Amino acid sequence: MTEPFSCPLPIQRHETVQMAHGAGGRLSQDLMRRVFAPRFSNCFLDLMDDQAKLDLPSGRIAFTTDTYVVTPCFFPGGTIGTLAVNGTVNDLAVGGSNPLYLSAGFVLEEGFPLDDLERIAESMAVAARNAGVMIVAGDTKVVQKGSCDGIFINTSGIGLLRDDVSLSCRNLKPGDSILLSGSVGDHGMSIMTAREGLSFRSSISSDCASLNRMIAAVLDEVPEVHAMRDPTRGGVAAVLNELAVSSSVGIDIDETAIPVRDEVRGACELLGIDPLHVANEGKLIAVVPAQSAAKALDVMRRFDEGRQAVPVGSVTADHAGMVVMRTAFGSRRIVDLPLGEQLPRIC
Amino acid sequence: MCLAIPGKLVEMSDENGLKMGVVDVNGTKTKACLEYVPEIVPGQYTIVHAGFALKIIDEEEAAESLRLWQELIDSGAFEPDEVPPLPADVL
Amino acid sequence: MKHIDEYRDPALVLRLVEEIGKRAVKCWTIMEICGGQTHSIMRNGLDQLLPPNIDLVHGPGCPVCVTPLETIERALAIAAIPGVILVSFGDMLRVPGSEKDLFMARSEGADVRIVFSPLEALQIARDNPGKEVVFLAVGFETTAPANAMAVRQAAREGVVNFSELVSQVMVPPAMRAILSSPGNLVQGFLAAGHVCAIMGWEEYEPVAEEFGVPIVPAGFEPVDLLDGILKVVEMLEEGRGGVVNAYGRVVSREGNRDARRVMQEVFEVADRPWRGIGVIPKSGLVLRREYARFDAEKRFDVGHIAPQESPLCKSGEVLRGHLKPSDCSAFGRECTPQTPLGATMVSSEGACAAYYRYHRNPFVS
Repeated sequence: MTEPFSCPLPIQRHETVQMAHGAGGRLSQDLMRRVFAPRFSNCFLDLMDDQAKLDLPSGRIAFTTDTYVVTPCFFPGGTIGTLAVNGTVNDLAVGGSNPLYLSAGFVLEEGFPLDDLERIAESMAVAARNAGVMIVAGDTKVVQKGSCDGIFINTSGIGLLRDDVSLSCRNLKPGDSILLSGSVGDHGMSIMTAREGLSFRSSISSDCASLNRMIAAVLDEVPEVHAMRDPTRGGVAAVLNELAVSSSVGIDIDETAIPVRDEVRGACELLGIDPLHVANEGKLIAVVPAQSAAKALDVMRRFDEGRQAVPVGSVTADHAGMVVMRTAFGSRRIVDLPLGEQLPRIC
Repeated sequence: MCLAIPGKLVEMSDENGLKMGVVDVNGTKTKACLEYVPEIVPGQYTIVHAGFALKIIDEEEAAESLRLWQELIDSGAFEPDEVPPLPADVL
Repeated sequence: MKHIDEYRDPALVLRLVEEIGKRAVKCWTIMEICGGQTHSIMRNGLDQLLPPNIDLVHGPGCPVCVTPLETIERALAIAAIPGVILVSFGDMLRVPGSEKDLFMARSEGADVRIVFSPLEALQIARDNPGKEVVFLAVGFETTAPANAMAVRQAAREGVVNFSELVSQVMVPPAMRAILSSPGNLVQGFLAAGHVCAIMGWEEYEPVAEEFGVPIVPAGFEPVDLLDGILKVVEMLEEGRGGVVNAYGRVVSREGNRDARRVMQEVFEVADRPWRGIGVIPKSGLVLRREYARFDAEKRFDVGHIAPQESPLCKSGEVLRGHLKPSDCSAFGRECTPQTPLGATMVSSEGACAAYYRYHRNPFVS
């Protein structure tokens, strides 16, 4: 007995992303249903409207956006998706807001494996849950092979600003203490060594994490925090320089106080890269009045993300606009802004 | 010039007729050509530059230097916490 | 980290500084030849710790800085040829040509790739048989054995689409040029430890004897550098020249025989222009005739190259130790790491870049 004939076209079950997945028709809906809806599910997204209609408590809103293009999209400690969620959550949190809602826009390269997309979406769902935020709106476009590097993700986010704090990069005052939540360089070196798989191998794990819970706890108990930033691209050096310039103050830091994991140190030595210039995705710099430093550190250390929190320096009226580091030998040198892409060197 | 980092040889292999190896620097492993250190064995330390191991580190020489320097420290009346004053125009 | 941390011990560093202070009675000008040593000195602020009667000047030991402008222009021209993959160490990507650098060339569509090792460049050639792979083979004697091996291996395997644009330079002729130049102030040298790992120190003995100067091969960590400076100071105070090895765990008198053998097999000595300094006789390496087919300069006809240096740039004087970067009128003004006029500002090893990054005077903006 022969099987009843059923038309084999169009192919219903794909293993890779096709142009049609971004065209708005049947395949687009399939993609939404298979990949995103079950994982991001919440009362807003489930309505499948063109927009999320949100009730916001009264007050001021913080709004931010960021786009993630990292390669490789999977690395020890996270995915491009975890970065996309945590990065935007953290940008909202360091400004003194409680992150509430995210949108997620995807640009996919034709041929991108659907299994990988599902893994990325899953990692985003987990990250969103950990941070206590909802992904309430999204979009997917597909571009021809060669037009983008696998997957690009844009996340935008809304948070409710606290009215009991006033955080600004212009708030630094001489005498303030500079606190760092943990070791530096983990994320950037994890990516670099993952990218150079043939020349370098390491088991360095990205520190990618959402910081909003820790930040909220710190602000609850130490509302007099002057500024907070997360040292992502450009590393600790970039953030400290920006703070020094914005507030027209100098910053002194102590080289021996800055935690760097052994493995990260080894990778930095090999590639000739300064750990202060390397991106972090789960670290916090907080600038607080000196008398509040001990309290703030105490709070940070209650959280996994802040277990290794330490004071690394202080704000000074001297050398305004510059960051100066005291070496282990007592000499001093400027910590400059990194120039751009960290290039490995032989010289 | 010549960023060359000391690390421990942990693996050896052959590639395209060249002796190759993996050198471990504090947990990060880098590939290195071993043609210029033919006598090297896993466990020894070498300096790696531009993907090549250039020299096997002489452990005896290293130990001897460290011993001499320790004598220097012991012979000084100098306290490690004393920091010499910096010139005013250091920046 | 073994073989690194021991040489960063603050107690030992400060003890060596104290000892240098005790021994250095007169004023001395000492040059560290190697850009890596310059970088380490600046980064660790070692020059701040030294007594004021020791003046450290920085030498031309930055192969990136001294690569002739013509070579950069040639690399840019070759990179622009369709079907060429230009492969380089990361250091070279931001070195300015007359108008642009390799980074900009990449953004304009040239296939420019960064590798850690010349063997990776060779692999790119194997993987892309339809393309021409050109490796920018820059370096001192430390890198020459690696660059030589890639060519030798290409010859052995018959990889025909691989070539090198060679800009290899050597230290001893530069040292002689500095010592011979009128108005030279340098009285003693720290020799480049990793160059000496390959070449040994025997070729410095005639230089030390002819000019009566101390030459001390030294390493790169703070303890190594200070120990080297101490040895130079001791010899200067005693009025004697000669070579004393301060990097015994890596440097031997004859260096690495296997590496020297392959270098000599693939390269031969030639006169070479140094950017900012001029031609130094017998200071460069070029591919031997037997390997001429791997010479990118011969393989690609890119026409006449007429490079133009900025008239404001004083790299040459800095490289010869005649000028401190902070004394250059363009330093920090027209010339910054973002807008470099010459290679000494771009290369992370360059003295100007090191000064700018670590020591910039806040009152000069």
